[in-house]
Amino acid sequence: MIEATGLTKHYGRTVAVDDLSFSVEAGRVTGFLGPNGAGKSTTMRMILGLDNPTRGRVTVDGKDYRSLHKPLHVVGALLDAKWVHPNRSARAHLQWMARSNDIPDKRVDEVLDLVGLTQVAKRRAGGFSLGMSQRLGIAGALLGDPKVLMFDEPVNGLDPEGILWIRQFMHRLADDGRTVFVSSHLLSEMAQTAQDLIVIGRGKLISQTSTEQFIKDATEDTVRVRSPQLERLRELLDGRARVADAAAADGALVVHGVEPSFIGELAAANGITLHELSPQLGSLEEAFMQLTKESVEYHAADADQATDARPIGSHESAG
Amino acid sequence: MIEAIGLTKRYGKTVAVDDLSFTVEPGRVTGFLGPNGAGKSTTMRMILGLDRPSAGKVLIDGQSYAQLDRPLRTVGALLDAKWVHPNRSAKAHLLWLAKSNGLSAKRVDEVLDLVGLTKVAKRRAGGFSLGMSQRLGIAGALLGDPKVLLFDEPVNGLDPEGILWIRQFMQGLAADGRTVLVSSHLLSEMAVTAQDLVVIGRGKLISQSSTTEFVERSTENTVRVRSPHADKLGAMLADKGFTVREDEDGSLTVSGAVSDEIGDIAAAGGVVLHELSPQRGSLEQAFMQLTGDSVEYHAELAETGK
Amino acid sequence: MTLLAVERIKLFSTRSPWWCMLLALGLTIGVTAIIAANWDNAPMPVLGAVFTHTFGLYVIMVMAALAVTTEYRFGTIKSTFQAVPDRISPMIAKAVVVVLLSGLVGLASAFGSWGLSWVLADDNSELALTTANDWRHVAGVGLVFAAGALLALGVGALVRQTAGAVSIILVFALVVESVVGFIPNIGDDIQKWMPFTVASKFIFGDPDPSAIPEGAGPPAIGELSPWGSFAYFAGIALVIYVISLVVVKRRDA
Repeated sequence: MIEATGLTKHYGRTVAVDDLSFSVEAGRVTGFLGPNGAGKSTTMRMILGLDNPTRGRVTVDGKDYRSLHKPLHVVGALLDAKWVHPNRSARAHLQWMARSNDIPDKRVDEVLDLVGLTQVAKRRAGGFSLGMSQRLGIAGALLGDPKVLMFDEPVNGLDPEGILWIRQFMHRLADDGRTVFVSSHLLSEMAQTAQDLIVIGRGKLISQTSTEQFIKDATEDTVRVRSPQLERLRELLDGRARVADAAAADGALVVHGVEPSFIGELAAANGITLHELSPQLGSLEEAFMQLTKESVEYHAADADQATDARPIGSHESAG
Repeated sequence: MIEAIGLTKRYGKTVAVDDLSFTVEPGRVTGFLGPNGAGKSTTMRMILGLDRPSAGKVLIDGQSYAQLDRPLRTVGALLDAKWVHPNRSAKAHLLWLAKSNGLSAKRVDEVLDLVGLTKVAKRRAGGFSLGMSQRLGIAGALLGDPKVLLFDEPVNGLDPEGILWIRQFMQGLAADGRTVLVSSHLLSEMAVTAQDLVVIGRGKLISQSSTTEFVERSTENTVRVRSPHADKLGAMLADKGFTVREDEDGSLTVSGAVSDEIGDIAAAGGVVLHELSPQRGSLEQAFMQLTGDSVEYHAELAETGK
Repeated sequence: MTLLAVERIKLFSTRSPWWCMLLALGLTIGVTAIIAANWDNAPMPVLGAVFTHTFGLYVIMVMAALAVTTEYRFGTIKSTFQAVPDRISPMIAKAVVVVLLSGLVGLASAFGSWGLSWVLADDNSELALTTANDWRHVAGVGLVFAAGALLALGVGALVRQTAGAVSIILVFALVVESVVGFIPNIGDDIQKWMPFTVASKFIFGDPDPSAIPEGAGPPAIGELSPWGSFAYFAGIALVIYVISLVVVKRRDA
């Protein structure tokens, strides 16, 4: 479990993270979403004790990261797959990490096998593709068999099989009772991966809730209806619900503001045959755009605000 | 329009692309999918005339790339957004590109406007976020007002707003009648972006079809039915020979039928419906189904523990 | 102990430390060999055999700086601090490994140079290590390399960038220390307290200056005794290194 309380980080006069409080539960995959510059990476760095909070604190299983004795047994993290010396072999990279936390060499071979890098373990990491680097980073996160896992854009550079693999893998880790915290920009991917969401914008918490609830709250559910007696149905619904033609112009109606069961009962009572009656859920993308509108740093039409909240040199990836 | 005819590329003994034939139609966004090592990049490089085919050919609007008089006015490509000198302003970058292709400076302002970078045109490109660099790259690709556009993993590194913007932008280009070919590994993103798909594996064509067809062909389609009289309806459907499964929440999953038939049966039997939704497979399921054999590299789906 | 193993794996699993060590040995021993082979007229003194140690010193300091700056350059410092979040212990472990190794390279280069001189010099009657001072001239190189490596580690950790750290070290050692001597009136007084100048007094100096044969080494200047000179140089290295520890502990990684 990860808990942030009043977490705040200033870089000079820029406030990257602003009084942020949230908790990430064990046994679930929790997505960490926000536009660029929202403070996601900074927050993850503070969780790992890499950056010091200006105010507030964040704990992992109740402890400050920097007070953990052998932290790789508690928290495994992949923040940037590029954090590997390019001339060092994949195996040597994992070996020194393992050694630092008294993890046996045998485990290095296990995690290499787990992510499918055994055959290239002796090759220098600098020659790896982005997907292979990503797998190496994941191997590093798993070394200590930790209870808490954090991933920043884990599917970056992976091919479809790798993407499916990592998604199923994260689900399995959560089913094991582990805490899995994943940040990503790929909302359609996160919709399938994360059960819970923490959404931030401009360093502040926008929402912490289940993915389902997040979508429900921010989008309107509609019902798609097809029927051989469509006009009759349209007349019956008139005044009771908002009805529109489907955008695809395929002869379906899109009904707003009523439950599908209501339409079903109405149709049956009037002897109308239905060919389709599907509730349409909003997408995570729609919900996200709706809720973060205010806090997106960069707009195509309003590019002046495109600033990066980080000092140059020490922070590679935007957050 | 892009036409590949018997396109083949060998590197030594390795066959990267093997007798590949497909067409990419104008007016649609076509996704170009395949596992790693399938030959996507090689194919794109051959379309752009960067690699020479070992056999076969690829034509752009009927001509090979080498025959094109002013290639950048016919084909625009965004392969890597970071190919910009960091200390040059966005506008200066586009100006020299335009000059090199005999295009007017006015066109530079137009494309800057098109991608929404007018206000930052004078800032140095090195300070741009990845999203802004991506827009600058697209502006460069659009300079010659090309009829054919190629994108390689265009949403890589973009935030949700950038992803949405680029998706809508590509669809806009297609709606203008342009040919848009996009390669990507993000299937859930491609499912909402591409109308057509060209799928390859081990250098060979696996499928060329519309996205809808691709998914329907290779996944099982079922219909989810909820009704206050689910038992009665279930029995009626089973009588007609459909496979009906009752789920935990009391809903029925019917395979082997389209929703229209079920609706007709329910109406005939006077059964009230609370839901009648066709369930479609995902592009990912379809893709895994079809490319299963051609994946070069398998990560083990091993257990997580020690 | 485990952290020492960690740093050892890190250092030896990339190629640049190997190259630096080979270069340090090759430069010092190689150039000494040329000098020794051409040393005629007089018996070659011990100091003549360690004259070239400064070449090796600069190379080894570059290696030490790289041991820190490449961690920042490639982001592995974050993995390091993620694995050992107290930050101080891995930095100390790194220092122990790098300093010991540098000391060994220093000894190898000095005794290598000395041994080769013994073989190559026409007259090696003066090369025998008979006095404590003779031993200091040769074995002291190991200590200077070790202290220099510590200094470079500190600079590397403070600056975090390879180019910056290497330029600071080389420009200071090769340019600044000589140029200050040209400042009117006070130049000489400043120069004799400059760390690398003092360090070379430890190698070349002698309690009895008249014991040093003509042309056997650069003039050893400074107020301190040879061992006092080493204490001064090592002290400066230690202070900079400790400052770097404090900064590393406080700074965002």
